[in-house]
Amino acid sequence: MTYSKLTGVSAFTIAVAGAATSAQAEDLTLCWAAWDPANALVELSKEFEAQSGHTMNFEFVPWPNFADRMLNELNSGGKLCDLLIGDSQWIGGGAENGHYVQLNDFFDAEGISMDDFAPATVYAYSTWPKGTPNYYALPAMGDANGWFYRKDWFEREDIQAAYLEATGQELREPETQRELLQIAQFFQEREIDGKTVYGAAIFTERGSEGITMGATGALYTWGFKYENEPGSYNKEGAVNSAEAVEALEFYKEFYETATPPGYTNAYMGESLDAFKSGQVALAMNWFAFFPGLYADPTTGGDKIDFFVNPPQNIAASTLGGQGISVVSYSDKQDAALEYIKWFADPEVQAKWWELGGYSAHNAVLNDPGFVESQPFARDFLVAMDGVQDFWQEPAYAELLLAMQKRIHDYVVADQGTAQEALDKLIEDWTEVFEDEGKL
Amino acid sequence: MSDKTVDRVAAATPVQVARKIRGLSDRAIAWIFVAPTIFLLLAINIFPLIWTIRLSFTNYKANRINREPEWIGLRNYERILTDSDIWLNMQSKAHFQFWTIFFQVLIGFTLAWLINKKFKGNDLWTTIIVLPMMLSPAVVGNFWKFLYQPQIGLFNYIIAFFTGKDPSSFEMLGQVNLAPWSIVIVDTWMWTPFVMLICLAGLRSIPDYIYEAAEVDRASKLRQFFTITVPMVLPFLMLAVLFRGIENFKMFDLVVQLTGGGPGSTTELTSINLKREAFEKWRTGYASAYAIVLFVTVFGLASIYVKALNKVKER
Repeated sequence: MTYSKLTGVSAFTIAVAGAATSAQAEDLTLCWAAWDPANALVELSKEFEAQSGHTMNFEFVPWPNFADRMLNELNSGGKLCDLLIGDSQWIGGGAENGHYVQLNDFFDAEGISMDDFAPATVYAYSTWPKGTPNYYALPAMGDANGWFYRKDWFEREDIQAAYLEATGQELREPETQRELLQIAQFFQEREIDGKTVYGAAIFTERGSEGITMGATGALYTWGFKYENEPGSYNKEGAVNSAEAVEALEFYKEFYETATPPGYTNAYMGESLDAFKSGQVALAMNWFAFFPGLYADPTTGGDKIDFFVNPPQNIAASTLGGQGISVVSYSDKQDAALEYIKWFADPEVQAKWWELGGYSAHNAVLNDPGFVESQPFARDFLVAMDGVQDFWQEPAYAELLLAMQKRIHDYVVADQGTAQEALDKLIEDWTEVFEDEGKL
Repeated sequence: MSDKTVDRVAAATPVQVARKIRGLSDRAIAWIFVAPTIFLLLAINIFPLIWTIRLSFTNYKANRINREPEWIGLRNYERILTDSDIWLNMQSKAHFQFWTIFFQVLIGFTLAWLINKKFKGNDLWTTIIVLPMMLSPAVVGNFWKFLYQPQIGLFNYIIAFFTGKDPSSFEMLGQVNLAPWSIVIVDTWMWTPFVMLICLAGLRSIPDYIYEAAEVDRASKLRQFFTITVPMVLPFLMLAVLFRGIENFKMFDLVVQLTGGGPGSTTELTSINLKREAFEKWRTGYASAYAIVLFVTVFGLASIYVKALNKVKER
């Protein structure tokens, strides 16, 4: 911690000294994942280039390789990235391993207040240790896992009648996880316009984080917790509670009865493809993709609508999104901090939302016109109110890969029971925390 | 032996050249020439090996530069050898090794035997057969992934055509019982030509007069095959098995493209598991111990095999 603070103070000193002595134009490189919002950021950053005289370069890596590529870069002390929009789970490692510059002094000096940003995003994207006022990132991109569906199919009278006949209920946006499954099962292998369609595209990917992000969407709503008490690392009875077991069984049933054939290793890209090709009636994915989906000429516009991850026992959504950090190995920290200062400006944040980025700034989110600005804006606010995130510990990768393995073994490979999967997960996580000296 | 070589080189060196580097003994000159190779060998092979052995006794994590590694003795080895998941990975690997080599040898030898017959278009067929082996494993993995796709994949349609099943009723890459075989099929398709080429070299090295002598002795074709062809090709075949065995042990890219180790951990070969431990979980100490265990296993098996190969050659 001392080391990190020292790094932060040093960086800030260098930045101030740098700014005072010269306003030299720099070539800055911003690293992020290759996806729709990244393109919006390129557009947005042109304004920064015009204002500051700095040149922005971008290194965008596809999601499946993003963590591998960027964490390798950080661990090797690489200078490729001056700014990094890193995943929320990296914040612990970024802070403790000295990869990220601590931003407290910079925020104080520039009058940037974390109170101006949505509390859930500050907690998730910026702070380490969790909830403490030690900031290593500025909330850059709010995000959560949500759902979208074929509105045009839902509105068809023949389909509505068939659903009513099959279930005795009206076809509508689901209000519980069980109803969501029921709707997906209804569409599974149904003939629509002479084509066989399927229920829903969910996350089942094995290699990076896919199936964990998908399954936690169900687990959280059943009341799954990582620990009995926050910070205790006591997982017995929380991770493998009866509710968690039921939720995992539910996700497996969803996978087995309501997804397209061959859907064994699917994540964001596959979900988008399945929906855009008219293969599925519903799909889960990150809110970040919703602007692109709405704009899609084939399945967007009045053919699509969106909804928040439905509750079961409680309302909850899996957190996505990222904060923007200054990489401590960068030689251009002063210019990088300039970018963060510019990005934190409410006007820039408003433009960010306009271009398709998800601002976490209260000035944007609390604007009276926000909820009507996009068809998914209201859902985004609701989702962000109930987000839960995976471990953000420095050892998050070990914790994540253990969960990927246990969940995929049970859900997709049909090995063992949900109870066994979660019991084994506790064993894996306990071993990691013992190695970390936290147990 | 090396002294003699040095002497021979020294004797062959023109006097004028020798005078230019006066003051250096022949042995010193020999060392100067050999030193770069020895240095590279030490730097690239020996030092990393020793360093890996050292790390395997620690809890070192390459992503935790602020944390001093602790000496934990044999704990990493104990964990590896008692971890049931690792034994499952080993079983997956053994299954993959055995069946790929079995099919590659069987089909490769048969193809070589057929190609060795003189017929029209012989060269063209040889070229066509060796094409798969020229492709990148990542490319092969990608296009076989499409072929195995249950809704649009050609493979499923061909199987459905012969069996009458619904093409989307089975998932080669998604079902636990089929996924390992899907990899065996692709690897066999890709590398059988390699075995074929080596067998072909073996077949073409058998002098015709041996068969002519057998004909004179009225040996049947079957007897000629088992008493001449098979024994004379056997060293080549064993060499092909050795090459394929070593290559298959390192198999990574093809499997990552096809299944990513899934479904679950069904096709998570040791190489994939090792990569995850070392470069995704960053358990460097543990991964080092894992690598040493694999190294000892491969080295032991390869030594036994090479001894057997030498015995066959001596026969």
